[in-house]
Amino acid sequence: MREITYREAVREAMREEMRRDSAVFQLGEDIGVFGGSYKVTLGLVDEFGTERILDTPLAEAGIAGAAVGSALVGMRPVAEIMYIDFSTLASDMIINTAAKMRFMSGGTIKLPIVIRTQEGGGVSAGPQHSQCLEMMFAHVPGLIVVLPATPYDAKGLLKSAIREDNPVIFIEHKGMYASKGPVPEEEYLIPLGKADMKREGKDITVVALSRSVLFAMEAAERLAREGIEIEIIDPMTIKPLDRECIIQSVKKTGRLLIVHEACKMYGFGAEVAALVADEAIDYLDAPIKRIGALDVPIPFGMRLENFVLPNAGDIVEAARQLMA
Amino acid sequence: MEISREILIGMYSKMLLLRRFDEKVVELYRSGMKGLYHLTAGGEAVAVGVCSALSQDDYILSTHRGKGHYLAKGGDLQAILAEFMEKQTGCNRGKGGPMHIIDPSVGMLGANGIVGSSLPIACGAALSAKLRRSGQVAAAFFGDGAANSGVWHECMNLAGIWKLPVIFVCENNFYQESVPVSRHSSIQDLYARAAGYNIPGYGIDGMDVSAVYEAAVEAVQRAKRGDGATMLECKTYRFHGHSEADPTKGLRYRSGEELAAWLEKCPLKQAKARLLERGWIADAELEAIDQRCTQGIEEAVNFAKSSPDVPAEWALKDVFTDDQGEICHEGC
Ligand SMILES: Cc1ncc(C[n+]2csc(CCOP(=O)(O)OP(=O)(O)O)c2C)c(N)n1
Ligand SMILES: [Mg+2]
Repeated sequence: MREITYREAVREAMREEMRRDSAVFQLGEDIGVFGGSYKVTLGLVDEFGTERILDTPLAEAGIAGAAVGSALVGMRPVAEIMYIDFSTLASDMIINTAAKMRFMSGGTIKLPIVIRTQEGGGVSAGPQHSQCLEMMFAHVPGLIVVLPATPYDAKGLLKSAIREDNPVIFIEHKGMYASKGPVPEEEYLIPLGKADMKREGKDITVVALSRSVLFAMEAAERLAREGIEIEIIDPMTIKPLDRECIIQSVKKTGRLLIVHEACKMYGFGAEVAALVADEAIDYLDAPIKRIGALDVPIPFGMRLENFVLPNAGDIVEAARQLMA
Repeated sequence: MEISREILIGMYSKMLLLRRFDEKVVELYRSGMKGLYHLTAGGEAVAVGVCSALSQDDYILSTHRGKGHYLAKGGDLQAILAEFMEKQTGCNRGKGGPMHIIDPSVGMLGANGIVGSSLPIACGAALSAKLRRSGQVAAAFFGDGAANSGVWHECMNLAGIWKLPVIFVCENNFYQESVPVSRHSSIQDLYARAAGYNIPGYGIDGMDVSAVYEAAVEAVQRAKRGDGATMLECKTYRFHGHSEADPTKGLRYRSGEELAAWLEKCPLKQAKARLLERGWIADAELEAIDQRCTQGIEEAVNFAKSSPDVPAEWALKDVFTDDQGEICHEGC
C-alpha cells in the first residue's frame, strides 16, 4: 500500500469530502495560499477557490460563530483553529453554544461542524503553543472529540467527522504531521466512537492517545524483547468513548496503563481508570497506572520540555513496574 | 516639535542595534537555535519611536514580534540572548523563550503569544497607574491582524470610558501572517476606528522614526494630563517572512516588487540620510555606532553561550509563588 504523511492524509480527507459535498467549506486563519501554519490545507484553495477555502481575519470567536451559524442553515463548515491554545478564544461559541444548541432546541436543529485544530509539544513552541486541551472539550456534554494517531486514522476519521451531524472537535498533533503510514487509494471511513486495537498482547492493556500511541508502539518493541506483551488500545474518539473495547482488553490482561501527553492530573487517564475501577476491578492483578505530563505549563526549551512530557521510556518503566 | 540631534542619533543607534540583533538571531537560528522567531526588521522606527517617548518606569506590552520592543525599552541584550538559548541568566530564567519576554525591571510587562493580548493587559496596567496616581503610561503594541480580534474592541471601549493613560500602538505591516489588510479588514486606515470609541486616532508613517516619536510624545502628554488614550496606527512593513520558519520572506503571498519598494523606505536609511543631510553626524561616527552595536551583541552572545543551562528540574519551579522546585508534582 502507498504511504503518505499524516498531513497529506488530513488534506486528502478534506479534498474528497469537498468534492463529494458542495456544502462542505473551510474557514480559518491563513488556510488559503499560505496553506495553514502547518501546511495542511496547502493547495486546496487552487482547486476550491477562496469562497470555499476562506481566509479569515484573526477572530477565533468569529470563526467559531460563523461555523455555528452557517451549519444551522445548510452548510457543513470545517473551521481551523491554528493552535488548540487559541481555541480558548473560540470556546464560548463552542462550549456555550455549539455543544448545547441542539439540546436546547429540543432536537429541532443540527450542527454539522468540524473544528480542526492541533495540539502538543516537541517543537520548542513554549507555554502558549504546546498545550493539550482535549479534556476541556471532552468535559462538555454535546461535543464529539477525536484525536487520530496515524495517517490512516486521520483520513478515515476526518471524513466521518465531516459527515457527522453533531459538532466534532478534531485534534491533530503538530509533532505527527510529517509521520508516514499506509493509506489506501480507495475510499474508506472510520466510524467515530470506536476504538482501535493497535497491537495485541496478553500482559498489559495500554490505552494511549494521539502521539502517545507512537510512543506506546515503540515501547512495545522494547518490552517484547523482555517478554512483556502489551496490548495497545487507541480510543481515537475520547467522547463518546468506546468503553467496551477497553473493558474487554483489561479483562483479558488484568493490568491497565493509560498514556497521554496532556497533564496527568484531571486528565483522560483518570476517566479511564475510573471506568475500569467501576466495571472491571475484580479482573485487575495490579494497581492502575497513568502516564501524563507533569502538572506545569510547557516550558520553552527542549531540555525542560522533555522533562515535562512523557515518552516511550516512561511507558517501558511503568510496564516493568506493573509486571514486577 | 524640533527633534534634537542628540535624540535622533540616539534613536538611530537604537534602530541599528535592533537590526544587527535581528541579523544575529537569523544567524543563530540557522545554526540550530531552537524556537519560533518573529523578527523586527522593517519595524524598528515604531519600536524605537514609541519607546523613546516613554520613561524607564512607563510600561509596555508586546506581541509575538516583541524582541525589538524590549530592546527599544532598554532591555538587556545579554538577558534576551540567554533566554533564547535556554540559560539560567535569561530574562525569563530560560523558561519563556523568544515569544514571551518579560522583564519588569525595564517596564516590559510581557510579550504575549496570543495575538490581541497586549491590549487588555495594558488597560490593566494603565488602570493601576491611574488608581495609584503614579503618572505612568502603558503602551500596547499590536499588529493589524490583532485589530480584528474581539478583545481589541473591548479594550478600546474600556480605555475610552475610563480615560486610561494608555497608548495603543498599531504596527500595521499590512499582513496578518499571509492575509493582507485589504482582505482582513473592512477599513484600510485602522486608526479611523478609534473615533468610534471617542479616542483620538492618528495615521503615522511608521518608517519615519521622527514622526513616530513626535506622535508618541503627544500621546504620552495626553495620557499624563489625564485626557486618556490615544491610538497610533503606524504604517510599516516586515522585511522578513512572518517568522524565520518561512525562508521565502513571505514571497508566496506578496510580491518582490512590493518588498523592494518598502526596503527603499527602510527606517534606518531614512534616519541616517536625515542625520547626514543636517550635518549632524560624520561617517566616522556612524561607523563607531555600528561597531558598538555589533560588539555589544557579540559580547552578549558570548555571555549567553557561556551561561549555565537551565536544569530540567526548573520545570517544576514557579508555577506558584511558593514553588522552589521541591514540591512533589503529580506526573509521569
Ligand atoms: C489568538 C491568536 N490567533 C492566532 C495566532 C497565530 N498568529 C500568530 S501571529 C499572527 C498574525 C498576527 O498578525 P498581526 O497582528 O498583524 O502581527 P504581525 O505578525 O504582522 O506583526 C497569527 C494569526 C495567535 N498567535 N493568537
Ligand atoms: Mg501585521
